[in-house]
Amino acid sequence: MRIDIAKDVLARNDALADENRRRFADAGVFVVDLMASPGAGKTTTILATIAALRDRYRIAVIEGDIASRVDAEKISEHGIPAVQINTGGACHLESAMIRRAIDQLDLDALDLIIVENVGNLVCPTEFDLGEHAKVMILSVPEGHDKPYKYPGIFEISEAVILNKYDTRSVFDFDEDEFRSVVGRLNPRAPIFPMSAKTGEGVEAWVAWLSERIESAQGGGSHDAR
Amino acid sequence: MGICDGILTSAVQAATESGASRIERIEVSIGELTEVMDDALRFAFEALKEGTMAEGAELVVHYVEARSQCTECGAVFRHDRFDPKCPECGSYVITLVQGRELRIDAIDVE
Ligand SMILES: [Zn+2]
Repeated sequence: MRIDIAKDVLARNDALADENRRRFADAGVFVVDLMASPGAGKTTTILATIAALRDRYRIAVIEGDIASRVDAEKISEHGIPAVQINTGGACHLESAMIRRAIDQLDLDALDLIIVENVGNLVCPTEFDLGEHAKVMILSVPEGHDKPYKYPGIFEISEAVILNKYDTRSVFDFDEDEFRSVVGRLNPRAPIFPMSAKTGEGVEAWVAWLSERIESAQGGGSHDAR
Repeated sequence: MGICDGILTSAVQAATESGASRIERIEVSIGELTEVMDDALRFAFEALKEGTMAEGAELVVHYVEARSQCTECGAVFRHDRFDPKCPECGSYVITLVQGRELRIDAIDVE
């Protein structure tokens, strides 16, 4: 017997993402999902972002990791609430994991949640978490041709951080080529060259993020994507 | 892998609701603009189907090519992801018609 289903494979994930989105809207908290390869500098970027914004916003971090909790401890040392999600081998976060994590946070006491997704440029792109914006971090040593290999993540990101920008002469990074490919994949996404480690260029990134937080909190409409 | 898990969960649910005991075949449509890789999907399917009603099931994947409609002139055309330009008028202002599907279409059960 044949049974027609015609259903989106991610329907369950998307329904839970919508629930998360409603909870974020009710609490007036902005959620950004950071995606990158391992070693691109996600944790350093989060620490730089916290340092720049902690006087203006109440911030928490959700750390996705396959197994450890090292990064969450690094964040907690700075007095910022951090919840660790161990995906138990899965290569991306899903909306149900985010739901369990936000149960451990006081959403009403927050303005910004930074989600650190699992280090992977493929799987996280397909999963709506209920976040307001997905942002990808590419580091200069990974090469300017990365968008050709992983176009999906560039298409879905609302902004691209080009991290470790201070090393561009060492790695022969062709910034014009990079900008042209990213521009074709996603003409709307701004690119922020920066070094989370030295602080160079961090200002432009946090200015963009602040603007998004303000408009989400002030606008009342929380159309996420 | 979440995508494969989603396929199996939907299939088993639909089969159970219909009173079936075994799933023989699962048909899915995957858009070529998704990040699903054939090898990875099949590998995950083989691993996850063990011990479920779909243990003996075959996975049939229909790949859906990317097509968009030009907002300027209305032409519908196939394109790759790096050059989504209207072949009729050269515009880049387009709306995706298909190519991002992640859909379970149907199952055959016994
Ligand atoms: Zn046209």
